[in-house]
Amino acid sequence: MIEVRSMQTQVEEVFHEFGPPATQRVLRGSVAAVLTNPYAGRYHADILPMMEALNPLGLEMTQRLMMALAVRPDEIESYGKGAIVGGAGEIEHAALWHVPGGYALREVLGWKGARAQGAGVSSDGPTGQPGNALAIVPATKKIGGPGCTLDVPLTHINASYVRTHYDAMEVRVAGAPAADEIVFILVMSLGGRVHARIGGLQKNQISKWDGLR
Amino acid sequence: MKARIRKLVVQVDETRWEMGREIKPATRRAVAMAVIENPFAGCYSEDLSDLSDIGEELGALLGEKCVNALGIAPAAAESYGKAAIVGEAGELEHAAAILHPKLGAPLRRAVEKGAALVPSSKKMGTLGSAIDVPLGHKDAAFVRSHFDAVEARVSDAPRPREIVVAVAVTDSGRPLARVGGLRKHEIKGEDGLR
Repeated sequence: MIEVRSMQTQVEEVFHEFGPPATQRVLRGSVAAVLTNPYAGRYHADILPMMEALNPLGLEMTQRLMMALAVRPDEIESYGKGAIVGGAGEIEHAALWHVPGGYALREVLGWKGARAQGAGVSSDGPTGQPGNALAIVPATKKIGGPGCTLDVPLTHINASYVRTHYDAMEVRVAGAPAADEIVFILVMSLGGRVHARIGGLQKNQISKWDGLR
Repeated sequence: MKARIRKLVVQVDETRWEMGREIKPATRRAVAMAVIENPFAGCYSEDLSDLSDIGEELGALLGEKCVNALGIAPAAAESYGKAAIVGEAGELEHAAAILHPKLGAPLRRAVEKGAALVPSSKKMGTLGSAIDVPLGHKDAAFVRSHFDAVEARVSDAPRPREIVVAVAVTDSGRPLARVGGLRKHEIKGEDGLR
């Protein structure tokens, strides 16, 4: 069912954006897989088999992106995911990526929960961090033609409200998706915006460990 | 370093299936892009040698980035290309000054040998402009299976006073090359052509 036509990784190193050069560069990357949409062309009531079948791809893509970034999992600070469905598919096909994409990222980064439990986390108590990658993986999706761009949102892996890490990364595969294809995307970043300075929750202020704050 | 780099982007694509046929081994292409400040934005300069020096630095840096991203030995690189997009406060000649006088030699060192001309393209552009970087076999320009192009693009560049410089390196030709002509195992690799 899963036939990957091509895969693309992209890594960006941001040194500044016309402000003071960052003391620590921002490193971020994306991985995109182009695959045949087995449900293209007509309505299929039951599309859940593909969600299950995508699990190995989610893990492969996460590992591939880690390799392209050449960093350890504990260095990743924010993440996101997305999908672009070709014209012969429907937006619901993009939604198949939420579980296999999101949980692949979270598991590789150290999340210990059960997939069925959803994004929420149960803290072990008022003290300490109950694992890593506690926050929901933000996502976006659209129907598009070859070369279509997708602005994939990025938020902090442990607390969605960390304001310095609200960001997005534009991802695009030249020539894809064809009408009967889907592009599935994962993004990860070391660091937030390069000149973040609008206050709000900072990463060193995370205290509730509930995935939000 | 003379180049004032705001951002580096490295992209690798790998084609596993094409037209219903499995590609084994998968064809792979890397593009490394540097977003740099244009030292001559907004003013005419007769002497563009600063840009040529920047080109020399970037030939090495971006060539090595591509080879590393492909995870291959330098000698395993098969084709290459280069390109530049100049933001609107610059001029097309700035792209030429980066690409042509000095960029090739360090790029050839990064891919070992490189007897053939490095094919190139250039344009004026704006944020998110894409440029199609031509690809040709690194040792024999007439290898027909390796004539190709790969798109380079940085979503937030070039700003008006910037230049995007791209170098592409592959470890393979087109996925289903079958239009005849010179093949890679037939080359002599001496004159850069055949």
